[in-house]
Amino acid sequence: MSRFTQNSSRNLFYGGSLFFFFVLIGLTFDTMGGLSKRDHRENITPQVAHGKRIWEANNCVGCHTIMGEGAYFAPELGNVYARRGPDFIKGWIQSQPTGVKGRRQMPQFHLTEEELDAIIAFLKWTGEINNAKWPPNVEG
Amino acid sequence: MNYSSQSVAKPYFIAAIGLFVGQILFGLILGTQYVIGDFLFPAIPFNVARMVHSNLLIVWLLFGFMGSAYFLVPEEAERELHSPLLAKILFWVFLVAGALTIVGYLSVPYATLTKITGDDLLPTMGREFLEQPTITKIGIVIVALGFLFNIGMTILKGRKTSISLVLLTGLVGLAVFFLFSFYNPENLVLDKYFWWWVVHLWVEGVWELILGAILAFILIKLTGVDREVIDKWLYVIIAMSLITGLIGTGHHFYWIGTPEYWQVWGSVFSALEPIPFFMMAVFAFNMVNKRRREHPNEVATLWALGTSIMAFLGAGVWGFLHTLAPVNYYTHGTQITAAHGHMAFYGAYVMIVLSMISYAMPLLRGKTICNGRKSQTLEKWAFWLMTISMVFITLFLTGAGILQVWLQRVAETPMSFMETQDQIAIFYWLRLISGLFFLAGLLVYIKSFFVKNDEFIPTPT
Repeated sequence: MSRFTQNSSRNLFYGGSLFFFFVLIGLTFDTMGGLSKRDHRENITPQVAHGKRIWEANNCVGCHTIMGEGAYFAPELGNVYARRGPDFIKGWIQSQPTGVKGRRQMPQFHLTEEELDAIIAFLKWTGEINNAKWPPNVEG
Repeated sequence: MNYSSQSVAKPYFIAAIGLFVGQILFGLILGTQYVIGDFLFPAIPFNVARMVHSNLLIVWLLFGFMGSAYFLVPEEAERELHSPLLAKILFWVFLVAGALTIVGYLSVPYATLTKITGDDLLPTMGREFLEQPTITKIGIVIVALGFLFNIGMTILKGRKTSISLVLLTGLVGLAVFFLFSFYNPENLVLDKYFWWWVVHLWVEGVWELILGAILAFILIKLTGVDREVIDKWLYVIIAMSLITGLIGTGHHFYWIGTPEYWQVWGSVFSALEPIPFFMMAVFAFNMVNKRRREHPNEVATLWALGTSIMAFLGAGVWGFLHTLAPVNYYTHGTQITAAHGHMAFYGAYVMIVLSMISYAMPLLRGKTICNGRKSQTLEKWAFWLMTISMVFITLFLTGAGILQVWLQRVAETPMSFMETQDQIAIFYWLRLISGLFFLAGLLVYIKSFFVKNDEFIPTPT
């Protein structure tokens, strides 16, 4: 340990961090290169993009997860299109809150028909992303 | 306190503790909503309480980091702070911006908040932990720049120590990676990928530099061990943090649409992420064992040792539990993640800020060296109450998570999300009770600042 000086440890920090930061940059470039085959970005229509804005403007991720990320209070929605289908999703959002005593409540967001269709288009597109077959089953 | 300008740290620490109380109260609301779903609905929906809970945490930790820097840097640089006035102005800017944001969350629906703050001009809102209005984010950047300028000038004009340079590197990294919060593309996969450049590269990257620097500073002060020894440890620890943590970002890229090779890179490197935390624990205990003085601030030593252990458990062990891709396939986005998040944040970042407050606050309040017996005893009670409560919160959430994974994802006939939640409610009740004990610990902590007639009297040797 005596030969391992303060300088060596400092060099380990600067050298090691810089090296692996560049590895991260390299992997990021590689990821970006092939990503369009997995995210099917050609299907991001203005409607899908609008749907993402509605998703964000209502802070959906404050209760739900999407591809496993978000809050764990309410069901995963990355695959909800496959689990429930468009009509159910629309009806569900429109009929909230259920008002059942003691049960978790989803607010009423007063979305227009056009906004509802946009969010469904966004969730459909999300469901078609190739994300290594996650979640394990349709329940999310 | 050796430099009068260090006193600007005091309001930062007071604000940090105040916001900490708010964070815990909203945590209890969330914990209650997990078992009584319509609690406070529709006044405070779950998502609103969660934003307040997590955003208050981030803001008070930032107050804690800034206060720590304002206390630490003049002492390390051996000169007064470049501009105490700027530090005071930025304090009020940050506090008012933070308060207005929280008031915004609580007073109008989130969709209204996005509208009135003009989010459509530069959409950044509505993403986890980055819910702040774009204008607040711009405010955060301005405060960070002013703060870095102030700290940077002080270091530049004074003595440059490893501790202050590492701290500065961490703080610059914090500001730089926050800029990714302004990138919000239409493509959700890209959005998520670079969202992690804020979130992961903060808490499993540059924040660990801040943690290491503050811990090293406190250990020098408390133990009197040679700076050379401490510096060497510090550099090796933070080297390991970034060597493992940078590519460790890959453990977030398993299931968000990014290529499968991340499952290998992420698993291998993030499996090594406990190493720097283990070293940190060895470091802290070694230094205290080799101490050259008996510092009478026992409770500050307790916090410093505690943070090293709890960070290792929360970030290291609980992180490793679900970081390997084949495990994470089943645990991703469950209560296991919540368990890890709670203990890691408490162990690594809450406790390091409280360590610094414990060391610095008596000096900032004009005591000769530390608090008297009575307040130290109270603060030790607070330490144990909060820490043990957090251990139980983590254990109960882990129990909930294991059952959740089993019922919803592994079982032959998987249950739906809500059916599963009903099955594991007992764990949520126990977690809520643990949360009440945590609040009790926090109240004892605050009480420890208000003990009267309690000057420290050195024991004659």
